[in-house]
Amino acid sequence: MRSFDYSRATAVGEAVATVAADPAAAFLAGGTTQVDLMKDGVLAPARLVDITRLPLRYVHHGQDAVHVGALTSMEELAADPVVAQRLPVMREALLLGASVQLRNMATMGGNLLQRTRCRYFRDLTCPCNKREPGTGCAALQGVHRMHAVLGTSEHCIATHASDVAVALVALDAVVHVQGPEGERAIPLTDFYLLPREEPNRENVLRHGELITSIEVPLLPANARSVYLKVRDRTSYEFALSSAAVALVVRDGVIREARVGLGGVATVPWRAGGAEDVLRGARAGAEVFQSAAQAAVQGAIPHRDNAFKIELAKRTVVRALQTVSDKAS
Amino acid sequence: MGQPAGPAAREGTRIAFPEVAVTLRVNGASTHLALDTRVTLLDALREHLALTGTKKGCDQGACGACTVLVDGRRVLSCLMLAVTCEGREVVTIEGLSEDLAVRPLQEAFVRHDALQCGYCTPGQIVSAVALLAEGRAESDEDVREFMSGNICRCGAYPNIVAAIRDVASGSTDALV
Repeated sequence: MRSFDYSRATAVGEAVATVAADPAAAFLAGGTTQVDLMKDGVLAPARLVDITRLPLRYVHHGQDAVHVGALTSMEELAADPVVAQRLPVMREALLLGASVQLRNMATMGGNLLQRTRCRYFRDLTCPCNKREPGTGCAALQGVHRMHAVLGTSEHCIATHASDVAVALVALDAVVHVQGPEGERAIPLTDFYLLPREEPNRENVLRHGELITSIEVPLLPANARSVYLKVRDRTSYEFALSSAAVALVVRDGVIREARVGLGGVATVPWRAGGAEDVLRGARAGAEVFQSAAQAAVQGAIPHRDNAFKIELAKRTVVRALQTVSDKAS
Repeated sequence: MGQPAGPAAREGTRIAFPEVAVTLRVNGASTHLALDTRVTLLDALREHLALTGTKKGCDQGACGACTVLVDGRRVLSCLMLAVTCEGREVVTIEGLSEDLAVRPLQEAFVRHDALQCGYCTPGQIVSAVALLAEGRAESDEDVREFMSGNICRCGAYPNIVAAIRDVASGSTDALV
């Protein structure tokens, strides 16, 4: 690990100013990905600004949304009673991620900012466009069974690992950030960047901008939602494929639909095409199949991960069936 | 002719690695340390405080051998920088050993033969203490799910689950 200077911020403005003033500085929150990648030498900030003492650890309940302080841990958010009642898809996604120990450490802001990563990103002996732009992508010809089929490019096919971010894109969450030039709000669906010429840039944040809170609109009271995660092990494992699904079904007709995909894409994936198929249709096996087909529209398989396309479709169908059964 | 000040000084170079003054509160006792900013809580415990009950398994947040309690919550000490623990309450397996509440769990692990090599056991015990406090040991399935952050290379899982369930269900027969 490269040596670094450390300071502990006591106010948001101070933290932002300190990081903004130093191109080699980074925020430190839960550290579960950052410290790990620093040990590997993949990340080497010269200065860490510890933000864990900032007053950003809360869950506020509004009329139409929950407002989650960026330093709220995954376990704390999962334990919130309103989340359990009105946002089950988010709660399930939280509890299916990582382990209790990691969820106690990991913050919600940090979860959204965890690096999109693969074994080649972590391996300093391999080319990686994300770690060293322009060097190539070792995963394209390498071991890529876990890699993405949606949102890829010839520059990078690493999978975004977050579960809860998949639920949050489906829920139309909004990220509130504070930067050197003030505050702004960014819909999560506009937050992540696909890996194009600069796969090292994974989101729209500018250096020094800090996530302060996440606004999660509540689902309608009559919505049913689920997060289904398919993986090699029963627990403590990344998704091969996952689906965050919410439906409002009235008189057999789908009035509202949300579909997000995880484990198969380079960013938390909102499957708008699938939602268009579902909205206004009569709930049933056929329309679920059509929606699943639309969800993987444009998927590009590589040698070892083509199975993920069929798996993602089945995951979507199973998730839709599950909420549809709950609703009837 | 001062005291050697670390490897860099001994080699005659003058590279100053940033050090910070940290007061760590571990198992109820406070210790003042000057630590390189890179030192993890795990290394601070083992190398600076001689508390070697907490184990270094993978050192990358995957195995759970380094599990400790910080402010009452189970965390991975290998991914936590020691300097960030200033003012926090850290409890290790050594601290729990002085707490009588952990005795039934230790005895159940012995009774159920819930280990072979024993390397993961301190982490398993700390994690299980937290699991019981969280109220998540109501079924075998829950124990498996909420203990999944603690890997046992010897594969003693069935016996670990049985030991924890024993304690959760109040069966605390004394060790013969």
